[in-house]
Amino acid sequence: MSTATAPEQPGAGSDERPVLEANGLVKLFGRVVGLRGVDLRLYPGEVLAVIGDNGAGKSTLIKCLSGALQPDQGTIMVDGRPANFSSTQDARAAGIETVYQNLAVAPALDVTSNLFLAREIRRPGFLGSVLRMVDRKAMREHARQFISDLGITTLQNIDQAVETLSGGQRQVVAVARAAAFGSKVVILDEPTAALGVRETGQVLKLVRDLRERGLAVILISHNMPNVFETADRIHIQRLGGVAGVITPQSHSMEDAVAIMTGARTLEPDEQTLR
Amino acid sequence: MTTQVGNPASVEDLLSRRRSPLERIQHLLHGSPALSPLIVLIVAIIVFGIVSEGFLRPQALSLLVQQMAVVGALAAGQTLIILTAGVDLSIGMAMVLASLVMAKLSFDGVPGVIALLIGFAVAVATGLLNGFLVTRINLPPFIVTLGTFSIFTAISLLYAQGQTVTLDPDAFLLVTGRSLRLGPVSVTWGVLLMLALFLVLGFALRTSSWGRHLYATGDDREAAQLAGIATQRVLFSAYLVAGICVGVAAWIVCGRVGGADPNAGLNYNLLSITAVVIGGTSLFGGRGSVVGTLIGALIVQTFNSGLALAGVDPNYQVLATGILVILAVAIDQWIRRVKS
Repeated sequence: MSTATAPEQPGAGSDERPVLEANGLVKLFGRVVGLRGVDLRLYPGEVLAVIGDNGAGKSTLIKCLSGALQPDQGTIMVDGRPANFSSTQDARAAGIETVYQNLAVAPALDVTSNLFLAREIRRPGFLGSVLRMVDRKAMREHARQFISDLGITTLQNIDQAVETLSGGQRQVVAVARAAAFGSKVVILDEPTAALGVRETGQVLKLVRDLRERGLAVILISHNMPNVFETADRIHIQRLGGVAGVITPQSHSMEDAVAIMTGARTLEPDEQTLR
Repeated sequence: MTTQVGNPASVEDLLSRRRSPLERIQHLLHGSPALSPLIVLIVAIIVFGIVSEGFLRPQALSLLVQQMAVVGALAAGQTLIILTAGVDLSIGMAMVLASLVMAKLSFDGVPGVIALLIGFAVAVATGLLNGFLVTRINLPPFIVTLGTFSIFTAISLLYAQGQTVTLDPDAFLLVTGRSLRLGPVSVTWGVLLMLALFLVLGFALRTSSWGRHLYATGDDREAAQLAGIATQRVLFSAYLVAGICVGVAAWIVCGRVGGADPNAGLNYNLLSITAVVIGGTSLFGGRGSVVGTLIGALIVQTFNSGLALAGVDPNYQVLATGILVILAVAIDQWIRRVKS
């Protein structure tokens, strides 16, 4: 069992402003309730895991935060300012990058092209503005820079087509793209779902590196050991609502599963909302 | 029950095993998709050069290129559509319709340039119609273009009242059929126009962000969308540019037949697809190039001309084309199974 009261989290600077904040998000799909009033707070330099059973509203929540879906009610704030995302492009412009479960990479294109997909660097002057020629050299140099900045050692050849990479390497490409362009928040939807142990390790290391760089990360995962190993706080979704927010220190994995499945309910003072 | 699998090899043995020559070829072809059609083309030219002595004469070769100019221009547009994992079954009839508009207007005394521009506008409009139906109404390209194929056919026949239009040989529209001499060979303006089209499209696909987005969209549309590409707009642009190719092809065909023929389009639909597929562009989208298509169109015409010059029954030309298509798709499937 857990320690019953652990609201005082070390390092929980309560005066710090969340970089991303959601209040009372409601999303309906016809008569099906996707989200029933969900609050979420995400602070800079933390990894917030979002867990929950199938149909608990994890993906819906993430899609609302990344602009892929528009909530029917509730507000989203970025850096304390209300944000209204009508598309993923809007969220991206606000500094929120998302890596989707089904790997948003183009298999036939090489690593560089994928890192810059839809954000190509154009040649300067006429060639770029009128002929829309891309500057391969600059993109390649930047790609190398990103990869070394992020301490990624698993991608040696950035001219390789993504389809020739392993699942873990592909995921690293997708995460690296999000990290390279996400100035505030990186959302990862099941980044390790299809990966082996070693590849999972690579991706989780990258997640921790992002936190070191001061980014806020939302990590959706079914894998409890991964969540408890990587996350600072754990947001538990249940039946479209929030069952509670805990930390790996305050609760055990069994507690988390119990809360997720409804076998146990969290008292308000037991949570780590920060 | 146990299964016997030859000599047991250790994992290390399997790992350290060198790639077999076949696997190397597979890798090489995977890296450069236009390579296999190029090899086929060179072999075909050599074989036909040996079989029929007239084949390699400059006149015969320049005639060969002239004959493939129309299919080539259409296939350039078809490549874009097939790269997006679609297909345009209407492209040949769209060209016939546009060429009829050009020729008939010119025949009725409209100045050649204006007739050309109006015909061009019709060609672009056919592309816009297909693009609209595919991207806005969200219909599958196969169905859309099957429908517009019939529509364009009907409009062409109604408009021409089933008659061919023959223009005065000096008409401006027929300039694409006139030749200029380049050394030993004579090349028509139509051939140069087609080559220019390939040059522009090849350049755009290779170096522009639009080209990259087109490949990404055809490869995995959802992934491209999630990456932030406006995939609907990219798809629409493919049909629009295909419409421009139709316009160019219509002008070239006017020069070739000296006017316009409402019954000429049936073969062009399938020939354009054949050229694209033989050129190594995958019907599943995202893979291929216009260079490959140019080679593919040359291969089809080489077989047709070569067999004709060798005095073979014309029906064997059709047979050869059929075998080529199936071979090309089989090779594409094999290349796709490449192991990293």
